[in-house]
Amino acid sequence: MDAPIKRVRGTVYILADRCKGCGFCIEFCPPKVLAFAKGFNNHGYHPPELVTADGCTGCDLCGLYCPDFAIYGVMERGVMIKEQRT
Amino acid sequence: MSAELKVIPPNPVEGFLRSDRMPHIWCPGCGIGTTVNCFARALLQSKLDLTNVAVVSGIGCTGRVSGYLNLDSFHTTHGRAIPFATGLKLANPDLQVVVYSGDGDLIAIGGNHFIHAARRNVDLKVVCINNFTYGMTGGQLAPTTPVSAISTTTPYGGYEQPFNLPYLAESSGAIYVARWTTFHVRQITHSMTEAFKKKGFSFIEIITPCPTLYERRNRLGDGLDMMKYFKENSVVRHGAPTREVDIGLHGPITVGKFVDRERPDFQELMTRQIGRTLEALAAEREPSGGGEYVAG
Amino acid sequence: MTTADPAGVLAGTHFLDGDQACCEGALAAGSRFSAGYPITPSTEIVERFAQRVPLCGGLFLQMEDELASSIAIQGAVWAGKKAFTVTSGPGFSLMMEHIGYAAMTEAPLVIVNVQRGGPSTGLPTLPGQGDMMQARWGSHGDYAIIALSPESPQECFDLTVEAFNLSEQYRVPVLFMMDECVGHMTEKVVIPPADQIRIVPRRFTTLPPGEYKPFRPGPDGVPDMAKAGDGYHLHVTGLTHNEQGYPAPTVEGQKNSIPRLLAKIRDNAEKIARWQEKYMDDAEIVVVAYGITARVALRAVEMARAQGVRAGLLRPVVIWPFPEARIRELAARDSVKAFIVPEMNYGQMVLEVERLVGRAKPTVLMPHAGGTVHRPEDILKVILEQKKEVGA
Repeated sequence: MDAPIKRVRGTVYILADRCKGCGFCIEFCPPKVLAFAKGFNNHGYHPPELVTADGCTGCDLCGLYCPDFAIYGVMERGVMIKEQRT
Repeated sequence: MSAELKVIPPNPVEGFLRSDRMPHIWCPGCGIGTTVNCFARALLQSKLDLTNVAVVSGIGCTGRVSGYLNLDSFHTTHGRAIPFATGLKLANPDLQVVVYSGDGDLIAIGGNHFIHAARRNVDLKVVCINNFTYGMTGGQLAPTTPVSAISTTTPYGGYEQPFNLPYLAESSGAIYVARWTTFHVRQITHSMTEAFKKKGFSFIEIITPCPTLYERRNRLGDGLDMMKYFKENSVVRHGAPTREVDIGLHGPITVGKFVDRERPDFQELMTRQIGRTLEALAAEREPSGGGEYVAG
Repeated sequence: MTTADPAGVLAGTHFLDGDQACCEGALAAGSRFSAGYPITPSTEIVERFAQRVPLCGGLFLQMEDELASSIAIQGAVWAGKKAFTVTSGPGFSLMMEHIGYAAMTEAPLVIVNVQRGGPSTGLPTLPGQGDMMQARWGSHGDYAIIALSPESPQECFDLTVEAFNLSEQYRVPVLFMMDECVGHMTEKVVIPPADQIRIVPRRFTTLPPGEYKPFRPGPDGVPDMAKAGDGYHLHVTGLTHNEQGYPAPTVEGQKNSIPRLLAKIRDNAEKIARWQEKYMDDAEIVVVAYGITARVALRAVEMARAQGVRAGLLRPVVIWPFPEARIRELAARDSVKAFIVPEMNYGQMVLEVERLVGRAKPTVLMPHAGGTVHRPEDILKVILEQKKEVGA
């Protein structure tokens, strides 16, 4: 049995009504876990949504890029995952 | 998923914003907000006492930054952020004074003040958001607009040689000169933290998309297209000679930290000079060995 | 009562010109910050200040132009200092935008204009009184300021202190309208000891951050002040703004702010007003004059009195707001038959007198080219002519 691998996990928080749909967060997310939502916000833009929940590392690069302060990422505690290596 | 109420952690930069004024007026894909994010993080990382940080801006889209920051912030007249900031800083040297304004405001109407403050080495941190245009008024020619670019006042294409801002800043006397694009968020943050530690005129130029005006009129896509362009076409050259870092309508953008040097700031120069002279005058009146000052 | 900081008070009896006396007035008032640009005939004020103020713990900056000077002092104001700048006509024109900014942001400060002949480059080394209307209306939009008009080096000291006091009391830019004659004339100036000089200190708020609103007026229509670095997270903008200082560039925003800025001065006009009267009790011909012209006019009035003509002098000292109530009062008086307004320009303050007197009595302008003062005999001539005309 291989040693467990420590992964960093995180999630994003989105203030949808601030979003103007620029797409920076989606483009520059390193694990590419964001995509435009199908729905609209109050101003008619498609905000982002987290499509691969357990892929987010909470690196907050989305938060750093967002010109509208509409999204930010938070790192949760490092999670131990037992993984099978072949 | 646990049934307990999840506490949503706050956005680390929310405290820097006047949240009651969100959402802001900048266009979708405008990079100004991105630079403000970097600024907020730079302040966090620098652990500066925010009570002593003051932001001064001029007029324009970038000029609106001061209105959204939850610090002592001053939205002054067009081109005059730097002299206002000079008065503020010299009247209270404990303040960390940041000038945050656009290329048109700082370099056209404000150009004279820019070069003099750099010459004097006034301890100001100047963040220049360069989107190659006058955004707020609809996209007119700026002193940074590349040759042949379309603007509303040069509808047939521009023909003026633009300023090379790092070159201008360095030759005027700035002690810290860096340029990044809004793609380079971590580097912007880092440069800002470096600038906060400098004592003197520090200049950071940030190339930013203006999708509604400059990009649209010049068929350069939208904000995201520009960000990708910045990513593909930026060339990092720390220490590059600033005379070589001109920007054209297409082609590479040289980024990096170009100048990082030391020289006494304006306050120090003034205090030293006046202090020295006053001491000499006092010594003339009281020659060593005591005795009375005798007129004539 | 707050009195002057002795460090800035050159107490004693001196022989100074108006420019030098003005500098001493600024120091006595507690100003420890000035930024300026050289322009004849005002330069000596800041040259003296540059030499004097480092010894009182302050500083003077020569800026690159008047635009920079007039805004650098506002940076200093928001850092808590009493600040001023000096200029003459061409520089005064350059400062107009920032006078408006100071009025809009309610920044207490003093701008000294040692007037010279105009317009444009004009008569750089010679007096004029041609910027008087510009002082009131020179910047764009609706706003109100206070302006003073000294007639002697002594007044250049006394009224500079008063100018700072008024600026602090009403959180408004105050324009000190000297002229080159008064600025370059040397006379006895008595500077009292510091404890006899009344100072109005800046009225800083006592409210904590969160409660304080930088543009919420007190009972007198004037908001309390604050400064950067005290944790208030101030926002100051030239955009039409609300009490918080946040931009409110709307019709409502204008209605809620601009009238108060105007009322701040207009409703306090009687308190702010200051003028001097000589031989006015039974005067039939009223000469209204200010600055150096008032001294010539006084001589003319005395010459008229010697001939049995009942002339009198009204000299506005605070010239904006103009002493409206008093002029109207005099205009309504049966014994007053005519007004004469000599000024070293082609007709500026006369417009105020005409407006207030109306058609009831004649108002006669005595214009004069910039460059030198009227001769007393010329003013006397007009007084006598008027006496004949109105059958006084």
